[in-house]
Amino acid sequence: MKYEKVIEIEHLSKNFKNLKAVNNLCLNVFPGDVFGFLGPNGAGKSTTIRMLLTLISPNEGTIKIFDKPLKQNRETILKKVGAIVEKPDFYGYLTAIKNLEILAKISGSDITKKHLMETLEIVGLEKRYNSKVKTFSFGMKQRLGIAQALIHDPDLIILDEPTTGLDPQGMKEIRELILLLSKEKGKTIFLSSHILHEVEFVANRMIIIDKGTTVVEGLVSDLLNSTALKVTFELDDPAKATALINASQWSGKLSSAANERFIFALERNEISALNKYFIENGLAVSAVIPARSLEEYFLNLTEKGDK
Amino acid sequence: MISLIGIELYKIFKKWRTYIGFIAIGVLIPVIQVAMHFEGDGYLKMLTRGLSSAFEFTGNLFNCYLIAHLVLSVLVIHIPFLITLVSGDLLAGEATNGTYRILLTRPVSRFRLITAKYIAGLIYSNLLVACLAFVSLGIGYLIFGAGELIVVRDSIIIFAKDDILWRFVLAYGYAALSMMLVSSLAFMFSSLVENSIGPIISTMTVIIVFIIISSIKIGFFETLSPYLFTSHMNLWTSFFDDPIEWNKVIESGAILAAHCLFFYGVTLFIFTKKDISS
Repeated sequence: MKYEKVIEIEHLSKNFKNLKAVNNLCLNVFPGDVFGFLGPNGAGKSTTIRMLLTLISPNEGTIKIFDKPLKQNRETILKKVGAIVEKPDFYGYLTAIKNLEILAKISGSDITKKHLMETLEIVGLEKRYNSKVKTFSFGMKQRLGIAQALIHDPDLIILDEPTTGLDPQGMKEIRELILLLSKEKGKTIFLSSHILHEVEFVANRMIIIDKGTTVVEGLVSDLLNSTALKVTFELDDPAKATALINASQWSGKLSSAANERFIFALERNEISALNKYFIENGLAVSAVIPARSLEEYFLNLTEKGDK
Repeated sequence: MISLIGIELYKIFKKWRTYIGFIAIGVLIPVIQVAMHFEGDGYLKMLTRGLSSAFEFTGNLFNCYLIAHLVLSVLVIHIPFLITLVSGDLLAGEATNGTYRILLTRPVSRFRLITAKYIAGLIYSNLLVACLAFVSLGIGYLIFGAGELIVVRDSIIIFAKDDILWRFVLAYGYAALSMMLVSSLAFMFSSLVENSIGPIISTMTVIIVFIIISSIKIGFFETLSPYLFTSHMNLWTSFFDDPIEWNKVIESGAILAAHCLFFYGVTLFIFTKKDISS
């Protein structure tokens, strides 16, 4: 690969008056990564992306892209970066292909109409190439947003919540497109999302941020598979179940209990043993619901953010 | 840069609002010309009242030049509004549409983008003045023909037929400079806000207030008047003086040009440091 790191963020901070939107954020994205950038609404994801694209200036910290300081090499770097930032907005009074043509020209790219049509085909808009963008649905604009990020064949693609507003089929197609760009075209993808499953499906590395600062960072496989599971057991006799749990080594694994629901922090191989223990002691187990602690943690963050 | 300016002009001329100015000029001036065709004798008599008993006027005084001069003196006050419709939208329109995000993440400097937009705004202003000149003089010539031009200033001056066209060329050039100043002011306001109504209202407010202050000929206001750019905007009339006060015209022209550069400089300063949060 040409670069050691595609993105290197060190101690990045951004304040808006009294609000600390990004606080001492550090992260690294390596060539070929599909990097999941997760966080609840208001966590500082879009602010970070805006700083990566020089839309806003950081108060502190440094950003290097393709091993070069962004501030001093803005234009050289942006030639190799494609991005969609938040909701997709275009010149509504122009057609889809004219929007792409204008953006390609501004980028200084000598791009043919054939190439633009091929890009529109990738996102499934080839039949609407000559329609004015103001007639497009949100989902179609989102697809066009992805097309404009791809027109100049960038090495790094920054996608800020790219599946927002898409139907399930559209979301699936975007996920497949991300995998295609990563695996077959060798692009590095920086994918911002507030949906863990979305990132889990396509990303190899990820970071979760909250209140502008890092919560956890690492390989998706490590973070999702090696962590303890929160397993909910639904049992028919709560009183008997409580007595049985207290009399066994499982009491140390019990996280919480309410009515018929008992939640345990377990390793994957302990689930069947606990299930067997309940059944052998005459309890009817009506449900066993595993949830990864990271997922639960992230859901809590998201719910807090939404509130 | 030429490619960027071309893109900006393409965007300008793809918007409906761009044509409001051309339509207004294209409709209003012929209406004035038709009205003058029927009522023009009365206007001419009013201009020459008190003189007709002492002088005999021969030749074609009621011609395209007289009407173009009248139209220029009337519309040069109103054209700024048409200019602001487009120039006030150049930056604020991008913020309103949310297109800053796709525009400013391209590998082109903000300096070049702003400059391209600014130049496109100036080109539009010049085209509007050129349209005014074409309709006033061109169509006026077809209807009324050419002739001598009678101008009432401190005294009445009658210019010979072959001594007029160059004065109009310079007058329209000066009017274009004034309109470029209006465009620059609207452009500056456009960089401060995120909707295009604000720059239109702000620019027109500044111009109207300055014109009112300039026209009040008492004490403090009279002292203030030379420092207001609006006092220098109507100096196109100097090209119809005899002799022309070139020093005054050049000085006022330089003041207008300096204002244009100042407003452009302020816009650059603001915009290159601006955080794009829209």
